[in-house]
Amino acid sequence: MQLTVLLIILALLTVIGYQMGRSRAVASVGGRIVELHSVPSYHGFYVALWAGLPALLLFAFWGASEGWLVMQMVLSGLPDRLVNGDAQALGLLRADILNLAHGVATGREPDPEVVAAAERYLRLHALGDWSLLVIGCCIAIGGLLYARGRIDPDLRARNRVERTVNIALVICSLVAILTTIGIVLSLLFEAIRFFAVVNPLDFLFGTHWSPQMAMRADQVGSSGSFGAIPLFAGTLLITGIAMAVAVPVGLMAAIFMSEYASPGLRTWLKPILEVLAGIPTVVYGFFAALTMAPFVRDLGNSLGLSVSSESALAAGFVMGVMIIPFVSSLSDDVINAVPQSLRDGSYGLGATKSETIRLVVLPAALPGIVAAIMLAVSRAIGETMIVTMAAGLTANLTANPLDAVTTVTTQIATLLVGDQEFDSPKTLSAFGLGLVLFVVTLTLNMVALRVVQKYREKYD
Amino acid sequence: MSVQTHIPATAMASRPAAGIHGTKMVARDVKVFYGAKQALKGINLEIQENRVMALIGPSGCGKSTFLRCLNRMNDTIENCRVEGLIALDGEDVYGKSIDAVQLRARVGMVFQKPNPFPKSIYDNIAYGPRIHGIASHRDEMDEIVQTSLKRAGLWNEVKDRLREPGTGLSGGQQQRLCIARAIAVSPEVILMDEPCSALDPIATAHIEELIDELRENYTIVIVTHNMQQAARVSQKTAFFHLGDMVECDDTEEIFTNPRDERTQGYITGRYG
Repeated sequence: MQLTVLLIILALLTVIGYQMGRSRAVASVGGRIVELHSVPSYHGFYVALWAGLPALLLFAFWGASEGWLVMQMVLSGLPDRLVNGDAQALGLLRADILNLAHGVATGREPDPEVVAAAERYLRLHALGDWSLLVIGCCIAIGGLLYARGRIDPDLRARNRVERTVNIALVICSLVAILTTIGIVLSLLFEAIRFFAVVNPLDFLFGTHWSPQMAMRADQVGSSGSFGAIPLFAGTLLITGIAMAVAVPVGLMAAIFMSEYASPGLRTWLKPILEVLAGIPTVVYGFFAALTMAPFVRDLGNSLGLSVSSESALAAGFVMGVMIIPFVSSLSDDVINAVPQSLRDGSYGLGATKSETIRLVVLPAALPGIVAAIMLAVSRAIGETMIVTMAAGLTANLTANPLDAVTTVTTQIATLLVGDQEFDSPKTLSAFGLGLVLFVVTLTLNMVALRVVQKYREKYD
Repeated sequence: MSVQTHIPATAMASRPAAGIHGTKMVARDVKVFYGAKQALKGINLEIQENRVMALIGPSGCGKSTFLRCLNRMNDTIENCRVEGLIALDGEDVYGKSIDAVQLRARVGMVFQKPNPFPKSIYDNIAYGPRIHGIASHRDEMDEIVQTSLKRAGLWNEVKDRLREPGTGLSGGQQQRLCIARAIAVSPEVILMDEPCSALDPIATAHIEELIDELRENYTIVIVTHNMQQAARVSQKTAFFHLGDMVECDDTEEIFTNPRDERTQGYITGRYG
C-alpha cells in the first residue's frame, strides 16, 4: 500500500521536477533560450532524474533487503534455545514465523515465543513500509530541490542527462548478459553434481539409456544406466532427416523467390512462407503425431515394412517442414545480397539464368547459405515438442528412420516433468544432457557467425 | 575559343580507317521505355565492322540504354520495353531466330565497374567457354585462357597466379580480366559501358591501348563520358542527347567540325 503511494508520489514529483527545471532554465536567461548551454527540456529531464532516481534506487534496495533485515531483527530478539539450531532448523523457524505472520496454518501448535515473533515481524514490517514512504519522499524532494538550485545557463544538463541514459542502457544490456551467464552457471553446477555420481565417460560413450533409479534397495527393473549415445544418435537421425527435407526445399524456395518470382509475387510469397515459422511447435507436434506418423506407418505397412507408429521419419519430416522458412528466408536475403553486377557479367557472356544461378550466384552466396543451414541445424537439435509427440521416448540405438527414437531434448523434458528429487542422478542427468546440448548448439552458432563474418564483405 | 584547342593534336592521330568496313550492326528507329518513361526516342545508327564506335553525351541521355539494347541486356530489367529493329549481320536480334543467350555469346559486354566472379583468374576466363562448350579438353581450355589473357595484355602479370581469386587483382587488372573474359567466348562485337570510369589514369591508358589493338579482330562499341578518350580510341562517334541520337560521324569530324550546335556545346564543355 505504502509502496504504491510512494510510486505515485515519485511519478508526480518527476513530472513536477521536469516542469520546474524547464521553466527555471528559461527564466534564468530571461527567455533567451540560445544563451543556455542545453535546451530547456534537458534541464527539465535533469531535475526529473534527480527527483526520481535516488528514491527509486532506495526503493529497489529496500525491496531486495527488507525481508532479510526485518527477519534478522526478529530473530535477534528470540531466546537462544530457538535460534541455536543448525541451518535447517533455522530455515524452518523462519518459515514458521512467515507462515504465522501471513496467517497460514503450520499444522502444529506454535511455540508462544514464535507467535510473539510473528507479531513483531508484522509490526516491524509495517514500520519499515511507513519509514520507506517518508524517507523516499524526503529523498525525492531533496533531490528535486538540489537539482533545481543547480540550474544555471552554463549547467551542462544535456551531457549529464545523456550520460545517465547511457548508464541505463549499459545496465539493460548487462541484465541480458548476466542472465545468460546465470543460466550457464546453473546448468554447469547441476551437471557437475551429476558427473560426480555418473562417470562422464560412461555418460558420453555408454550405449544404454535407462535413467530409472531404484528408490528402494529391493526394487526390480531399475538399472539406472546413463549411456547417452542412443540419445545423441536419435538427435542426429532426426536432425538429419529434418535437414534433408528443409535444406533442398528451403534453398529451392529461396532461389525461386529471389531469382524467378516477380516482385509482386515475392511480396506475397515470402510472408506466407514465414507464417510457417510462426506456428507453435506444439501444433506441428499434433500434425506429426496425428497425421504424419499414421500416414508413414500405413505407407510402410502397404510396402511390407514394419513401421512403428511413432517413427523418426514422421517427426524428422515435420521438423524439416518447420525449419523450411529459416533456410529459405535467410538464404533469400543472402542471394539478394549478391551484387547484380555479377549476374550482369554472367548474362553478358551468354549464360542462361540457371547457369548464372548455379555457377555464379550460389557460389557467391555460399557462405551465407552455409550459415543459414547451421542456424537451422541448431534449431533442429534444440527442438523438443515435435519429437516428444511424434517420435516417442524409447531410447533405441538405431539408424533405421522407421523405428521410434528419442532425442536429448525430449529426454530432458521427460526427466524434469512432475515432482522430482534433486539428489537423484535421474533428475540430474537432465543437466548433463543440457550441458552437452548447449555446447553443441553454441559451437554451431559460433561457427556459423564466424563463417558469415569472414566472407561478408568479400564481394561488395 | 575554338573547338580544336580542346583536343590535343596527338589525340586525333588515331589510326585512319583502312579499307572498306562492312556494316556489323544496324539500329532502326529504336525506342526504349522504362514503364511509362521513354528513354530512347527512335535511334538510327550503323555500326561498322572492325572499328570502334564511341557513344558520348551527357548523363541520362540514353547511351547506356542503347548499348544494352545491342545485346539485349535490357531483358533482365523489369518493365523495360524495346521497339524498333536492331540487326546483327542482317538478323533481327529481337526476332524469333535468335535468342538472347546466343546473341550475348556473339555480342559480349564489359561493364562500368569491374565485376570478376568470385572464382580463380583461370575460372573467370574459362567461365564462358565452359558454358558454351567451346573447349573439348583441358589443353584446349588452357590455350583459350592463355590467348585471352595475352590479348587483354594481362598474361604477364597473372601467369604465375592463375589459381588465385580474380577479386584479388587491382581495379585496372580486374577490368582487363573482364575484357579477357569477354574475349574468351570469341564474340564478334564487344560492348563497353564506360570501362575506364572506375580506373586510375595509368590503368585507363592500358585499356585504351588494348581497345585499339582489339579493333583488328572485333567490332567495338564504347560508351564514355571522357571526350578525350572518345577522340583517342574511336573512329566513329555518335552524340546522344535527351534520348535522341543527335549526330553520328567520323570521330575527327565530330570533334573538329560538329554540325549540330548541341554537339558543339557538349564537346566544348558548355554543358554535360
